[in-house]
Amino acid sequence: MQRIGVFVCHCGSNIAATVDVHKVVELARLEPGVVHAEDYQYMCSEAGQAKIGAAIKEHQLTGLVVCSCSPRMHEATFRKCAQKYGLNPYMVEIANIREHCSWIHKDMQEATEKAVILARAAIAKVNLNTPLQAGESRVTKRALVIGGGIAGIQTALDIADAGYEVDIVEKTPSIGGRMSQLDKTFPTLDCSACILTPKMVDAAGHEKIKIYTYSEVEKVSGFVGDFTVDIRKKARSVDADKCTGCGVCQEKCPSKKTLSEFNRGLGTRSAIYTPFAQAIPNVPVIDRDACIKFKTGKCGVCEKVCQAGAINYAQQDEIITEKYGAIVVATGFDTIKLDKYDEYAYSQSKDVITSLELERVMNAAGPTKGHLERLSDGKAPKEIVFIQCVGSRCSDDRGKPYCSKICCMYTAKHAMLIRDKYPDVNVTVFYIDVRTPGKNFDEFYRRAVEEYGVNYIKGQVGKVAPQPDGSLLVQGVDLLDNKQIKMKADMVVLATAIEPNQGVRNIATMLTASIDTNNFLTEAHPKLRPVESPTAGVFLSGVCQGPKDIPETVSQAGAAAVKVIGLLAKDKLTTNPCTAKADELLCNGCSNCAKVCPYGAITYETCLVNDHGIREERRIAKVNNALCQGCGACTVTCPSGAMDLQGFSNKQLLAEVDAICR
Amino acid sequence: MQELKARALELLKNGTVQRVLGWRIGENTYDPEPAFFDSEEAMKDFVYNNFCAANLSKYMIEACKLEGKTLVCLKPCDSYSFNQLLSEHRIDREKAYIIGVGCKGKLSIEKVSQAGVKGILSVTDTDPLQVTTLYGDTTVAYKDAMLSRCHVCKGKDHVVYDELIGESEDTVDADRFAEVAAIEAMSPEEKFAFFQAELSKCIRCNACRNVCPACSCRKCVFDSNKFDSTQKANVDSFEEKMFHIIRAFHVAGRCTDCGECSRVCPQGIPLHLFNRKFIKDINNLYGEYQAGADVEAKGPLTSFTTEDAEPSVVSQGGIR
Repeated sequence: MQRIGVFVCHCGSNIAATVDVHKVVELARLEPGVVHAEDYQYMCSEAGQAKIGAAIKEHQLTGLVVCSCSPRMHEATFRKCAQKYGLNPYMVEIANIREHCSWIHKDMQEATEKAVILARAAIAKVNLNTPLQAGESRVTKRALVIGGGIAGIQTALDIADAGYEVDIVEKTPSIGGRMSQLDKTFPTLDCSACILTPKMVDAAGHEKIKIYTYSEVEKVSGFVGDFTVDIRKKARSVDADKCTGCGVCQEKCPSKKTLSEFNRGLGTRSAIYTPFAQAIPNVPVIDRDACIKFKTGKCGVCEKVCQAGAINYAQQDEIITEKYGAIVVATGFDTIKLDKYDEYAYSQSKDVITSLELERVMNAAGPTKGHLERLSDGKAPKEIVFIQCVGSRCSDDRGKPYCSKICCMYTAKHAMLIRDKYPDVNVTVFYIDVRTPGKNFDEFYRRAVEEYGVNYIKGQVGKVAPQPDGSLLVQGVDLLDNKQIKMKADMVVLATAIEPNQGVRNIATMLTASIDTNNFLTEAHPKLRPVESPTAGVFLSGVCQGPKDIPETVSQAGAAAVKVIGLLAKDKLTTNPCTAKADELLCNGCSNCAKVCPYGAITYETCLVNDHGIREERRIAKVNNALCQGCGACTVTCPSGAMDLQGFSNKQLLAEVDAICR
Repeated sequence: MQELKARALELLKNGTVQRVLGWRIGENTYDPEPAFFDSEEAMKDFVYNNFCAANLSKYMIEACKLEGKTLVCLKPCDSYSFNQLLSEHRIDREKAYIIGVGCKGKLSIEKVSQAGVKGILSVTDTDPLQVTTLYGDTTVAYKDAMLSRCHVCKGKDHVVYDELIGESEDTVDADRFAEVAAIEAMSPEEKFAFFQAELSKCIRCNACRNVCPACSCRKCVFDSNKFDSTQKANVDSFEEKMFHIIRAFHVAGRCTDCGECSRVCPQGIPLHLFNRKFIKDINNLYGEYQAGADVEAKGPLTSFTTEDAEPSVVSQGGIR
């Protein structure tokens, strides 16, 4: 029989104002196994912990129940306290009578009743607790950053500057990401490339950073401190060690009709290509789907013109297996597809473009060399309409329910830049709200309206109709004037909603990191742990976690780096002893637990089993404690109940349920 | 039947197999029972007729522990159960010699009675069935005497076998999920009343569990003293719901819908409805899946893919 002490915390008035703590003490005393119960104003304080210590000694306690705040808050505190006074830390259970009780109830009688029930459940569990021993695991002092955009680059630079090795895995042929496609950045209007490329160069030249471009993460196993990752280095068909980056191959390549991904399909590129001039590494790749040599076997021009002899058609994909202590996801975003928004005529007219396409049009290295022109006929537009919130803040299932956050600002930027460079062009912006929280953001937007004469209309556009004369008829509504608007435009720019990059689901699955309904990665705590994933050792950087602009992304990237550095600075991690264990007499050997285990922690062995005198060879599940994270998926899958989770056994959980239902 | 018996005898005699798992003739045409035969003498009682409904795959768990190979006769639907057991490592393919036997839909004596025939003395397994009763001779159409499960048959092809003997026929003339859909259309009160009425008939004889190829745990949770579910006294007449609901959860994603549970229930409870509801939901949420069709398949409930329905979607009734 356990000797249990129950400690009820007032949490100042947080608990005591709604829960009759004395009543909880009084009733807890009557529970089986309880030999001592008391209350105190702040159990987590030093004085409170001393009281627990004294009670452990005086009453020879074997188990503790602390009725206080969420275990996420102070479970660790009370476990340490128990250990200090000679108890196994896993003999402590927390009854959460604050978040689960006092904070959500108004009526004292009801709240007290619930607090007693929660205490009773915890007591029932402690009665079945057994001491557990935590193990230790090592930390591989190397980090992996998935994604080589500004978020990934900044995280990698910060980690590397602290002295740890970092690998960046980027799926496209160059690092740089979305930011490399932008022309100018708000609110200072500095050139995106001018501030990004030095960082790209820094990352490439850093002795602690290794960059795998044109590569993808293929498999992740292991756990915090000890991940093993398979990286597929796709065949570039160019030997990176030999290539000098002279660019002759791209000039001479006869296959030049492939749409350029970098220019959002507005221009073309050759089959052998670097996405843009400042690409890092400056080593081209051969797009095997477009290459004549790969399609027909005849051509080989690039091989002939390459002075360095770097072209290698026989190159194969390579799998690199590397160990990491921490993984940062920085997979970024893309704009949504517009096939559900046909009213804006995006698919019908070349003069309806997305804002990201406009970035390329405005960029001196873009398809129009930075000259603002209609993509249909190359004429200079006189009337441009911007439509905000295309697919953002959408209440139906065509778009996204969230605000994409960056569109108000970049639309103001585009409007201002156009008015500045082409003062004869009229610019109209249709908006729902203009959201400009951020340093110097509202000032920036007001400048667009007040100094640059951009015409802002509060209202939605219902239809964009291409006209026979090549113009676009925009039909919208002005909500402030309460009137219908019909206007002709030469170009329409859609502030298209952003969404997490494709493939993030796949990466999240490999990492067992959770994602929300919009495919954004979930943070461990929305306020207090915003750059950590709930999966230990996995961190979040940039838009993969939620829409954000460049300054925010860079600060979050730094924050993620700090968390990684904090982890890598440790030599050993304490492992969770609450792992699964198979009862060999009940195990069927059916493999269902191994199939559901997200950590690959379960293997099968053929063992000689003595089942009440029957000796036979059986296929039995074995759990690797270092890999098991205690998620419990196996325990609910096991049809015979052979799998059980230490510290959360079926018996313990049912005892809690029974105590609650009593 | 003669061809099957002769072949089984041949394999037994030439030592390919050590025993034959088939059906033994009962007192009447309509009550053959599963049996092992290990000699020519024993094989005299071997029978295979249209009343041989029992699924023999589960007996292979014990047979695989014995020396040598066992010849097992599997109907098309039984072969799914065999595969499912194979995928769960409960049986050893190397220790089985499978003769896929033809099936024209299996008959049930209960169905004959339900067709209004009283005082049955003897019955044939022909089409139509010739029935001798206390009150004279009569006939029953084959389809009318067929087990309900055969009207929604999974198909006449065996998914695993070493050789095939006999022809199979298409017997499907009903929608497999019509019964489930009818229950889904009920109000919550009607559903509760329906299941209370059905499950209250349960006498806990465990026949459904013991016959079920998916219920093959070495030790059933209802028999293990590790759990508090052992030998629990009923505190109300509807207590057995827990047994059947827990059982349905335990076989979810693994049940091949062989229909043995409903066939053997002495109280005539339509137990297959629970399992079929799970199958219907799984098909809706995770795509068409037939347990046992493919040994290598990862079950929909024991694998995770990025295309899986999110829990939030499941709670909304499963719109993909």
